[in-house]
Amino acid sequence: MAEYQNIFTRVQARGPHDPGLELPAGDWPRTRGIADSWLLGKFGDAQVGPVYLGVTGIMSVIFGLLSIIIIGMNMLASVDWSPLEFIRQFFWLALEPPKPEYGLSLPPLNEGGWWLIAGFTLTAAILLWWVRTYNRARALGLGTHVAWAFAAAIFLFLAIGFIWPLLMGSWAKSVPFGIFPHLDWTTAFSLRYGNLYYNPFHMLSIVFLFGSALLFAMHGATILAAGRYNAEREIEQVTDRGTGAERSALFWRWTMGFNATMESIHRWGYWFAILCVITGGIGILLTGTVVENWYLWGVHHGIAPEYPEFFTPAVDPAAGGTE
Amino acid sequence: MSKMYLNRSLAVGALSAGLAFVVGCERPPVDTEQKGYRGTGMEEVTNPRIKEAEADLHIAPDPADPVSDEGPRAGEVYQNVEVLTDLSVPEFLRLMQSMTDWVAPDVGCTYCHDGNDFASDDLYTYDVSRQMIEMNQYVNANWETHMDDTGVTCYTCHRGENLPEESWFAEAEAGEEVLAMGLGNRMMQNKPTDKVSWSSLPRNGFDRFLLGHDDLRVEGDTILPNLDEWDVSIQDTEASYGLMMHMSDATGSNCTTCHNTGRLGQWDESPEEREISWHGIRMTRDLNVNWIEPLEADHPEARLGPTGDIAKVNCATCHYGEQLPLEGTKMVQDYPGLIGEPDEDFDFLQFGDLGTDGLRDRNSE
Repeated sequence: MAEYQNIFTRVQARGPHDPGLELPAGDWPRTRGIADSWLLGKFGDAQVGPVYLGVTGIMSVIFGLLSIIIIGMNMLASVDWSPLEFIRQFFWLALEPPKPEYGLSLPPLNEGGWWLIAGFTLTAAILLWWVRTYNRARALGLGTHVAWAFAAAIFLFLAIGFIWPLLMGSWAKSVPFGIFPHLDWTTAFSLRYGNLYYNPFHMLSIVFLFGSALLFAMHGATILAAGRYNAEREIEQVTDRGTGAERSALFWRWTMGFNATMESIHRWGYWFAILCVITGGIGILLTGTVVENWYLWGVHHGIAPEYPEFFTPAVDPAAGGTE
Repeated sequence: MSKMYLNRSLAVGALSAGLAFVVGCERPPVDTEQKGYRGTGMEEVTNPRIKEAEADLHIAPDPADPVSDEGPRAGEVYQNVEVLTDLSVPEFLRLMQSMTDWVAPDVGCTYCHDGNDFASDDLYTYDVSRQMIEMNQYVNANWETHMDDTGVTCYTCHRGENLPEESWFAEAEAGEEVLAMGLGNRMMQNKPTDKVSWSSLPRNGFDRFLLGHDDLRVEGDTILPNLDEWDVSIQDTEASYGLMMHMSDATGSNCTTCHNTGRLGQWDESPEEREISWHGIRMTRDLNVNWIEPLEADHPEARLGPTGDIAKVNCATCHYGEQLPLEGTKMVQDYPGLIGEPDEDFDFLQFGDLGTDGLRDRNSE
């Protein structure tokens, strides 16, 4: 007999496959295939499909595939077309942006040109996908909250890969497409501009990132804990507070003196997530354009403390003892 | 059927992705020693199991028994002696024997000498060892800023091998086939190699900083930007960072051994070790430009790298993963023949900092 558990999903409700709402006139048809997955049912709905692609979806997939193919073929060519080496070295491989000497001009394909094309097609794919999230929400009569949250993430993506290099006047400032290489870019960025941890927008971004995780954990835990009192019907309980909502609210008021409501907790989550990428993007755009060295900026504005001397400090040998 | 396939592939995918993320990790626990003011993250982290596994490599051989310094000098007794002329004959032979143990224990004397005529310099190795002895004398006399009185001997680098195990060759840019194909240019990055401690950072850091004298500094000294004065690219930053990764790996150090955690470029908040490393970079340039590269022409092709260059020195060549090579044993104190006279014109700022007078090929003068 199936039983309701509030830590792991034990119940998989399965009925006839649901094709979804009728599509408005003029829309393309959805994909026909509908399948069930026991494993996916552990994490979400067991039903997979149908998917609505439409014009923007299909264009987005085409552009996305193009960028993946361009990046993948470049990676494969860099290991002399050896599939084995491709897998072995995959985390190291990358498609690099143009060298600094090209500035914002168009470099030859093999010196960054492919990177520009892949960046363009990836951006096109992402923007088209954004249009899709907007249109699909509208088609379902929903608000467009998901689309705007996605737009915030796209802002960070474009800030790093497009707007900042444009402001700095060089594509070389941008990020390579690759696993380790993009992490190296991140570290190099921080090393170059005097430690990004002293960038207040980076600080804010971290606050919202960790805060999102904290809020997510608090909210998820609260709803699961009060699930036996129907707290999972949280949206209904926004206006019609049942005992699940009351007990959840009481729990937080008793433990920390303040509680979100069934309604406001979702705004907390929404804004924390959105502000994480927006503040992050602002932090990037200010770096190198407005502030050269975040550590020195931090010292100047009293963010970085003076620490007591703990060891004999080094002296720059090239400074000739004049300091 | 398709449902089962979907489930299985999801499970296998998740498992392999999980494994892929942990295979490169060291097993904890590690030892952590506080080095700086509390809360600043100034810590020295070492892995005792790795240290223990490598312990044998770091033991210096016992010095050969002392011999008499009396009697005629080697330069008077033997022919074709140029660099160890002032040693007594027993001391000369003692050093020759030690060198054989350090560099060519398998082949013996004939690795450098003609078996029929020990004074013959027909073998290229004869001249190379002469130059290397001179290099030893020079380094021990002049680079105390990097080594204090620890000094080096042949064994510091060679460790019983004809060629030091740790050395480096220049690499060709992307292969011609790749360039001709029009795609796949790695731009000298993104290849797992010990040159950059298995990171994906640029692989030409040795060429730029340990042979050439490109500026390693990447941070600006001003709060606000001034692109006309200071505009270091991300690529140059990565190259500098790549050399730092090598130095850390080669000397078994952390970033915090030499740098503070707030701003890596700040001298007056960095530990003194940074000065020693700074001198080490200049010393390595000196060795590569003035002592190693001039030997390239004498070397047979089999000993040269893929672009036809001689094997050169980096930090690992002496350090082999230790902060103090051979655990800081002052081997050279038992071999006075390897300590030369200080050069009056020696100036450590002339290796790319305030000038490049130190970086002229010595043999061409």
